[in-house]
Amino acid sequence: MANRLLKRLVTTHPGLFERLDDYRNRRFAFLPSDLPFGFVVDPVKPSLRVFSKSTPFAVDAAVEGPLFLLLALLEGRLDADAFFFSRELTVTGDMEAMLAMRNALDDTGIDLTRDLAVFAGPFSGAATRAMVEIRKRVLKEKPPLWN
Amino acid sequence: MELICPAGTPAAFREAVEAGADAVYCGFRDETNARNFPGLNFSRPELKQAIAYAKARGVQTFVALNTFMRAGDEDIWYRGAADAVAAGADALILADFGLMAHVAEHYPEQRLHVSVQASASNPDAINFLVEAFNARRVVLPRTLTIADIARIARQIRCEVEVFVFGGLCVMAEGRCSLSSYATAKSPNMNGVCSPASHVRYVAEGHDLVSKLGDYTINRFPEGEAAGYPTLCKGRFDLASTHAYAFEDPVSLDVMNEIDALTQAGVTALKIEGRQRGKAYVAEAVSTLRKALSATPQERTRLLTRLEALSEGGKTTTGAYEKRWR
Repeated sequence: MANRLLKRLVTTHPGLFERLDDYRNRRFAFLPSDLPFGFVVDPVKPSLRVFSKSTPFAVDAAVEGPLFLLLALLEGRLDADAFFFSRELTVTGDMEAMLAMRNALDDTGIDLTRDLAVFAGPFSGAATRAMVEIRKRVLKEKPPLWN
Repeated sequence: MELICPAGTPAAFREAVEAGADAVYCGFRDETNARNFPGLNFSRPELKQAIAYAKARGVQTFVALNTFMRAGDEDIWYRGAADAVAAGADALILADFGLMAHVAEHYPEQRLHVSVQASASNPDAINFLVEAFNARRVVLPRTLTIADIARIARQIRCEVEVFVFGGLCVMAEGRCSLSSYATAKSPNMNGVCSPASHVRYVAEGHDLVSKLGDYTINRFPEGEAAGYPTLCKGRFDLASTHAYAFEDPVSLDVMNEIDALTQAGVTALKIEGRQRGKAYVAEAVSTLRKALSATPQERTRLLTRLEALSEGGKTTTGAYEKRWR
């Protein structure tokens, strides 16, 4: 399922990892601080793997924060630096690679409510509306950092 | 008063235009510009598209070629200038006198702005660049008071642009060697201050420790907002104290001084932040656009929105209101 999700994003946004340049062969971890598992993205394959945080994992760079912040980062809906200053996001490992990833995502224009609605099949319209509503409610709590 | 806005990616560029920029400044994806960070900046086709997008909406595009040319490799910068001119840039922002001479000679019709990286901070220096290279505007360094700016503006023969919001460089820009000392890379020659390749953030207990190369720059206790790992905003052992020697981790905000800056002869206000995300660009540009036409009371209320975007979660008026202690 995770890989299908990434493949969908790569298909919808063919330039997704173009900005990574030399950092395309790095492995990136996205670690929701409020969940027991994380995600590893391997852009060169490309692959997205879910793993339990209790098992050892090897990546080049990792970003950790609440799930909704990571999702907003994926969509470029927040300024990552601001949340880094406020220490709601932490970055470890290869800072240069993670910076490239942040900039690549920021320019891509991912909209999860639109891009993933296809998985809901005939219910895609309803799924999109529901996701938009959830996002709107979450965003209300974080003014003025959302566009 | 013009609002000059940053863009590190085409997406941020569009946000700046939509949010009310009069002009957007950006650079190529190479060492010719002082924000040469990984994954950032514009390819040639992206710049061309961005300029067309801006022109269609009555917005100007300034292209920053504001690093210093490396002897023997001048062609990298010359090609940048040629491509920016061909793409239809409304102005080139330059720091290197050799590149200014090249542009003035080969593209005499091209509008030339003096980058803050040129460190032109007195009437003699600025008027020399006006006479020698037909510079039309100077971006003044963030080391001057508003009274200094007014004195300079009265004596020079070009427009004045000043930074009003964003990252605060407190040094003589273009001449600062702190990053170079610690990492062998500088904004002047490589387009990077405290390059990410040398940056590490390490958790030590509840503290967040920032490191640049082999140097520990800062240690942020739990609950304290963090900053970039630049030496000028590091904490040092000073006599018997442990404190900031040059400046705190803090961002610039002098938008409450718009009226004074206008009276001082400033014609354009610049927002720093090409390395920031499109959310920052959208928020900073739209807020400052509203602030330009707001009453002083409304302006203060609007500007508090920007504190959350600021380094260390704080803002300062920096040298603009610096008083001797």
